[in-house]
Amino acid sequence: MAEFWTHYGLPTFLIVAHSVAMIVALLIVIAFTLLADRKIWAAVQMRRGPNVVGPFGLWQSFADLIKFMLKEVIIPAGANKCLFLMAPILTAGLAISAWAVIPVTKGWAVADINVGVLYIFAVSSLQVYGVIMAGWASNSKYAFLAALRSAAQMVSYEVSIGFVIITALLCAGSLNLTDIVEAQDRGLGMFGWYWLPLLPMFVIYFISMLAETNRPPFDLLEAESELVAGYMVEYSSAPYMLFMLGEYVSILLLCGLGTVLFLGGWLPPFEVVPFTWIPGVLWFVLKVGFLFFLVSMVKAMVPRYRYDQLMRLGWKVFLPLSLAAVVVVAAVLRLWQYGF
Amino acid sequence: MLSALFFYLFAIMCVGAAFMVIATKNPVHAVLFLILAFFNAAGLFVLLGAEFLAMILIVVYVGAVLVLFLFVVMMLDVDFAELRAGFLKYLPVGALVGLLLLVELIFVVGAWVTAPMLVSDAPTPNMSTVNNTQALGEILYTRYVYLFESAALILLVAMIGTIVLTLHHKRDVRRQSIAAQVGRTRDAAVEVVEVETGKGLK
Repeated sequence: MAEFWTHYGLPTFLIVAHSVAMIVALLIVIAFTLLADRKIWAAVQMRRGPNVVGPFGLWQSFADLIKFMLKEVIIPAGANKCLFLMAPILTAGLAISAWAVIPVTKGWAVADINVGVLYIFAVSSLQVYGVIMAGWASNSKYAFLAALRSAAQMVSYEVSIGFVIITALLCAGSLNLTDIVEAQDRGLGMFGWYWLPLLPMFVIYFISMLAETNRPPFDLLEAESELVAGYMVEYSSAPYMLFMLGEYVSILLLCGLGTVLFLGGWLPPFEVVPFTWIPGVLWFVLKVGFLFFLVSMVKAMVPRYRYDQLMRLGWKVFLPLSLAAVVVVAAVLRLWQYGF
Repeated sequence: MLSALFFYLFAIMCVGAAFMVIATKNPVHAVLFLILAFFNAAGLFVLLGAEFLAMILIVVYVGAVLVLFLFVVMMLDVDFAELRAGFLKYLPVGALVGLLLLVELIFVVGAWVTAPMLVSDAPTPNMSTVNNTQALGEILYTRYVYLFESAALILLVAMIGTIVLTLHHKRDVRRQSIAAQVGRTRDAAVEVVEVETGKGLK
């Protein structure tokens, strides 16, 4: 029995405990991120935003949660019930599972695996299935067309995001996210991080990130003013909430990945005393928050792209640029013998 | 150990999903089961310690190839009752082909020999010092670099071929020129005119 515990019980228990801790922390952060998003958007438009539930509207997300949970789940007639309900679970589940490899601070990743970047890439390439399944299973023209539209969008921008990630990998020389952060610790503080040498790539990453997660100005997925509500048009209550949750988790995930790849993960921006006292987790959260703030500001300030412009930007601008950058970065690294 | 449990989980799921691919009536379900099968195969790769192959399998097959598959299948309007109508009629021929393939597979597996050259001087890196992504890269870009590059070239030719086949330049279509739009100045676009009452614009 004791052997059973050490071989099966304890490892399983540890894995489950790590994962649950990560998910709970993530969901609490998401609740306030959602509020922050609405507040920032409101502030840009000189509104107050949600301010009724709790002080400064802090409990708004929790109120929304209860509202979503108590509403009726409506499954349209002729919908494929199993797939219809599986799609939102898949979307949210995949988005959350990608967080397993993100190192929040040194040694604080649920799974510190060798191919961490590829894992994130694999999981985010699976996300398109949530969209397609939802669109198809809804048995609705609008949902189906929107699913095709947004699947094409997600697949297109994945390519350029992949090449951008490769440039950062080339500099770090590893696929492990912890190693990538440590490779940026060059005693220069924030000027040693990859955002500086790879600045154009960072910009492309940021814009592709918006397109990949269907955020404005690339929110052709929802586009509530002209294209009904995209593939989730038939969804209500808890399944709809899972889509929203998945969307925000993957936005934060790409912010987290950007932090790890370009903003030095948990490293302090200056290698002097008051900054080095602050624990790495806090730096990580601050950097993710900074990126999310930018995402939020873009939503408030930039008008929506037209669909053909979106495709043009992805395939004709970002893809050649990032492909060229891979060649240039590799050549530079080769010439300098990895002393970059 | 825990990995044995996961092996049986992935293996059973993989075989079950693969069976459902051919057993299910709805083609979209079949493709989704195929995705599940691939996903579990990737899990088996991870258990073997080949995590790079596992991730590539998911990114390339599940993330790209099967999306296109699913697109095509969703667009088709297939009447399955009609397809199944001739099942008994085609059964003998189908069974014969299946049997032939099975026999051939058995022969291949039975007569399997690894080339002695490969066994003797295949460079196997020390897996305790390099991880398997690195090991794969080192062998792929040195020993098999020509094969690798020619595979890439074949793919490039296929890609260019598809573009050439489908690209039709229509002459009369007005295209968006981003440079012309951005390069437009206020003078070229706006004109302020003083309009006298009752005269109108010329």
